[in-house]
Amino acid sequence: MKTIFDHVRTNPTGGLFGPQDVPHVDAERLIPATLRRTSPPRIPNLSEPELVRHYTRLAKMNYGVDDGFYPLGSCTMKYNPKITEDMARLPGFAALHPLADETLVQGALRLLHEMERHLAQIAGLAAVTLQPVAGAHGELTGMFLVKRHFQEQGEPGRTRILLPDSAHGTNPASAALAGFSVTELPSGEDGLVSLEALDAALDETVAAIMLTVPNTLGLFERRILEVTQRVHSAGALCYFDGANLNSFLGRARPGDMGADLFHFNLHKTFSTPHGGGGPGAGPVAVTERLAQFLPVPRIAHDGTAYHLDWNAPRSIGSVHSFCGNFLVILKAYAYLLQLGDQGLARVSEQAVLNANYLQERLKRTYRLPYDRLCKHEFVLSGAGVAEGVSTLDIAKRLIDYGFHPPTIYFPLIVKEALMIEPTESETKETLDAFTQAMEAIAREAKGDPALLHDAPQCAPVRRLDQTHAARHPVLRYPFQEQTP
Amino acid sequence: MRYIPNIPDDRRAMLAEIGLDSVDRLFDDIPQAVKDRFRPTGLAPRSEMEVSQILHELALLNRREVESVSFLGGGLYDHYIPSVVSHVASRSEFYTAYTPYQPEISQGTLTAMFEFQTLVCELFGMDVANASLYDGATAVAEAALMAVRVAGTKRIAVARSVFGHFRRVLRTYSWAAGIEVIEVPFAASGRLDRSAIPTGIAGLVTQSPNALGVIEDLDGLKAQLGDALLVVAAHPLSLAVLASPGEFGADVVVGEGQPLGLPASFGGPLLGLFATRDRYLRQMPGRIAGRTVDADGREGYTMAVATREQHIRRERATSNICTNSALCALTATVYLAALGSEGLRELALLNLGKAHYLAEKLAALPGHALAFDGPFFNEFVLRVPSDPRRIRTRLQDEGFLVEDPEPLVELGLVRALRLAVTEKRSKEELDLFVRILGGLR
Repeated sequence: MKTIFDHVRTNPTGGLFGPQDVPHVDAERLIPATLRRTSPPRIPNLSEPELVRHYTRLAKMNYGVDDGFYPLGSCTMKYNPKITEDMARLPGFAALHPLADETLVQGALRLLHEMERHLAQIAGLAAVTLQPVAGAHGELTGMFLVKRHFQEQGEPGRTRILLPDSAHGTNPASAALAGFSVTELPSGEDGLVSLEALDAALDETVAAIMLTVPNTLGLFERRILEVTQRVHSAGALCYFDGANLNSFLGRARPGDMGADLFHFNLHKTFSTPHGGGGPGAGPVAVTERLAQFLPVPRIAHDGTAYHLDWNAPRSIGSVHSFCGNFLVILKAYAYLLQLGDQGLARVSEQAVLNANYLQERLKRTYRLPYDRLCKHEFVLSGAGVAEGVSTLDIAKRLIDYGFHPPTIYFPLIVKEALMIEPTESETKETLDAFTQAMEAIAREAKGDPALLHDAPQCAPVRRLDQTHAARHPVLRYPFQEQTP
Repeated sequence: MRYIPNIPDDRRAMLAEIGLDSVDRLFDDIPQAVKDRFRPTGLAPRSEMEVSQILHELALLNRREVESVSFLGGGLYDHYIPSVVSHVASRSEFYTAYTPYQPEISQGTLTAMFEFQTLVCELFGMDVANASLYDGATAVAEAALMAVRVAGTKRIAVARSVFGHFRRVLRTYSWAAGIEVIEVPFAASGRLDRSAIPTGIAGLVTQSPNALGVIEDLDGLKAQLGDALLVVAAHPLSLAVLASPGEFGADVVVGEGQPLGLPASFGGPLLGLFATRDRYLRQMPGRIAGRTVDADGREGYTMAVATREQHIRRERATSNICTNSALCALTATVYLAALGSEGLRELALLNLGKAHYLAEKLAALPGHALAFDGPFFNEFVLRVPSDPRRIRTRLQDEGFLVEDPEPLVELGLVRALRLAVTEKRSKEELDLFVRILGGLR
């Protein structure tokens, strides 16, 4: 795989900047020798055509939502509307500096203020911060808020966070980073929170429960009101991970289920592109009681103008350099304005219909451990398809059929898990084609398992050796060191 | 709804397959009491054209900011971004993909991550870099947390001359983790007051060029710290002409990557840079790409050293970060590749030259002077003869943007302005700025 560092020829670059209209300076005069760089960073000097061809070749080795079906469970890989990209490139947004005087950036502040209000309504909660820039960052901010709440309440002994065993991988790490200890709650046989286990775990040392609703099995917590009521009775708070909001958007609100805090993933539910792993946005909505602790600056409106309000003595402080990922929030705003209430409800309707249809078709071939109405996603097991064939083999073979594989080996409570989230962006035609591919793979697994073990055959590379990467880490380009 | 493609016939057929008579039945598992409480937002659907108009109008409200001549800095700078950068980063194979969980169909993202890590190591003079964090501020906070993990001491020192927004985020993260943060003052030179560094710390966070624009002399600092980690927040562009923190023995180098081809974006998305020494690899936060081989023995890339990460290590992970700033990292990679080492040096010298041209002219104005005499890169603090808030407002009326002087006041610089100068400022603009500032009463 050729990197830019493998282009050895040195081209004359230059011509990008200028004119040089001030007198030339001598770095030697301005910067003492001890502070000066002696050998330049090894960055190749490529011509523009070489550069463009290199990255075009790399792009072609990637698979995005624009290339095809991307049913990566819990990631909500829906279509990313093109207009939102254009809006984010308007100079009136992209070129804005966050330290400009607030009187000059009223359009940006208004957008943020309105987005806060809309998201609060969608969450059914009182206030929103747009500062967190990813789902896990939202979780962390939420845990900071929980911590500050109990500090203010004079209950510093609440140091535990309850986490169902179906929780997202980031949840336990977020709780730990905020200085909490984690107690795992085993799911009941129905895959939902067990009220008995919950009762047993709740005491005066519990600060909060972190719930993913619907959970990572794609199942809605039917007893959600009993769960949140019990947590509140024990004096603890309910944090909802909003990664799976696509399943009830425009029909139900976390605040009405008993959530005290709820984080959005704008890069999932609100269609902003995932960017190969970011940037995202993870706004957090909270109750009236918790609003006083939200990060500063808050976006305020005094009736005539918008301001950045730093005056919040009980705030947890800041969690980001400035006001969060403004351009991501802007894309989500443009998407939301197009949808309106009707569109929001249509999103969840089609997302859930697609998931249930695909679940119905696939459970005839693959084991479905929790066979009932699902929400936006469902989890199959690759175990038992054929002797000696793993979920990893099935996933890699899907690549040969032209599909991005689902999330695999997660959640941990299902053996050989295949977590499938089709989103509302897909047609019945696509879902049928995916079903046929999955059926064909199940047949191959029995008849010709080598096809699975040797997969993928049609990708830019064959199956990559993960243990080799772990055992002999090469994490940057191995330049031929200057040999004498 | 244009983004939801299914037609009524298909929907009916799908419902029939599931055995339901209406779509409402799909939501039978949500308690009725919850559904009864639902209230819509009141937003009506709008056409793409209407939304485009609304957004254009909002953008127009920011017009004065965009049309003014900017001397704003503080980690984010008004740089020229070559056209090729956004063209490459706009390829939907890059921007509509997610985290490369399936490396065989993510070689584009992974190879670029590997290139990015290499470039960060080259600039910072370090062994290993991650594939990005959220921004410079969270990179500082993560570096402090890492220092505490390595040293086992819950005490961190941070120079007061580190950007205010870096220190703010560091304070929040540290408060929650129960880490004590001690601020270290700067000397009259604007440089870190080394005599004030406390002992018994897990690490020291410093910055160069610092928030006062002054280039720190890091020589001997690591030796003074002993076992405590030296964390340096660096300006990536300055390192085309300045010695890297790695050459001075830094243990962790972090930074804000916005100057590498990202627009200021009203402060987000940004790009957190993070690099360290090989010996701390297992303690490093964030995702890393590594080189490996495929089943045919051919070279390829995959995510590596993932056993530090949250999805495997759960609550014992080195960080909770998952989604990071991947597309911004790709953008920075393409930007650096577009400039090459020669273009980067040319750009850094232009910034250095223009900043010094302006600084010399301003320092010659009656009542004005540079606040510090140490070397600087493209940002400096100017002492002014009267209330800087008033000067700022007057300059703004004339079409020049400078920062709120309040953060400088908090640092004890009561009559001062911080100015950043990039390659985009023409001599004509600089001369006009000098004339207007000199004429203010």
